[in-house]
Amino acid sequence: MTVNHALTDRFLERAEARGLVDVAVATMDSPIGTLLLMATPKGLVRIAFESENRDEVFGEVAERLSPRILDAPRRLDPVLRELDRYFGGKLRDFDVPLDWSLTGAFARKVLRRTARIPYGSVASYGEVAVGVGTPRGYRAVGNALGSNPIPVVVPCHRVVRTGGAIGGYGGGLPRKRWLLDLEAG
Amino acid sequence: MTTVKSTALPPFQRLFDEHAQAVLTFLVGAVGASEAEDCFQETMLSALRAYPRLGDASNLRGWLFTIARRKAIDAHRGRARRPMPVADPDPGPTFDALPDIDEGVWDHVRSLPSKQRKAVVLRFAGDRSYPEIAAAMSTTQDSARQSVHEGLKKLRRELR
Repeated sequence: MTVNHALTDRFLERAEARGLVDVAVATMDSPIGTLLLMATPKGLVRIAFESENRDEVFGEVAERLSPRILDAPRRLDPVLRELDRYFGGKLRDFDVPLDWSLTGAFARKVLRRTARIPYGSVASYGEVAVGVGTPRGYRAVGNALGSNPIPVVVPCHRVVRTGGAIGGYGGGLPRKRWLLDLEAG
Repeated sequence: MTTVKSTALPPFQRLFDEHAQAVLTFLVGAVGASEAEDCFQETMLSALRAYPRLGDASNLRGWLFTIARRKAIDAHRGRARRPMPVADPDPGPTFDALPDIDEGVWDHVRSLPSKQRKAVVLRFAGDRSYPEIAAAMSTTQDSARQSVHEGLKKLRRELR
């Protein structure tokens, strides 16, 4: 049971005005299932697929960032708009600011490198490993990609196995396949 | 951005969803409908501000109510300094006496039967006169007095 919407909206407005919403949350229906989106004042910090355990997702964000987590969809409007256009095949490069707070130094390097793989192309784990200066570290690269807190927008789905096998995906292989098909046009 | 380590605090949104209605209901009883929303907003904003520093997640509802109670007391102090819009036929004891009361009393008040709880909250947290309490509870003045009387009797027994 919750209080009426006007009261809730006024609370959210004041909380935002006072800088007390550390993590804003929104959800979005997409062709690959409902997405849980979270943004800090710095930018998009987390996208979770519905296959992920929500309590664990929130628990990690609460512990590593802040428990001041509120449903504040307006902050995520720009992200929603870009995702909408992306899923419709009308957007190739995301432009929203990202917050890398949930990512360690090495994973951040790997994910930034991954973000440079052009729309519609793929790279192998080995190529990404070379790209970040650790040619033998393709396994560590795989782990870093698996820990990607901002899938889809940071396109870890564009990293596949040498020889054409699709490799793994945190969100499950059907989602990876769907994204690669979308980008193949 | 606050980066204080916390022991498994749920997202603040969950607290809000689970307890906002109860906090608002308490405040309507404590300060009256016209001031309840302001008190509610201040309660929730104070809670949100302090939340990351809260070490213990075991009694979040109690923690919220403690804040709400303080906001209700503040509201009464503020009102005491303002001229009353209408003459109060029965001002009764002032709310300023409340802070001297052991805070734990209110935990017992909350567990009183519904009618007694409402009457006691209106009388002592809301500082309402019996005609006002009777009107708020859609009952007679005698019945309102009776509910307060029985509530207090029960509290005395429990707190002895």
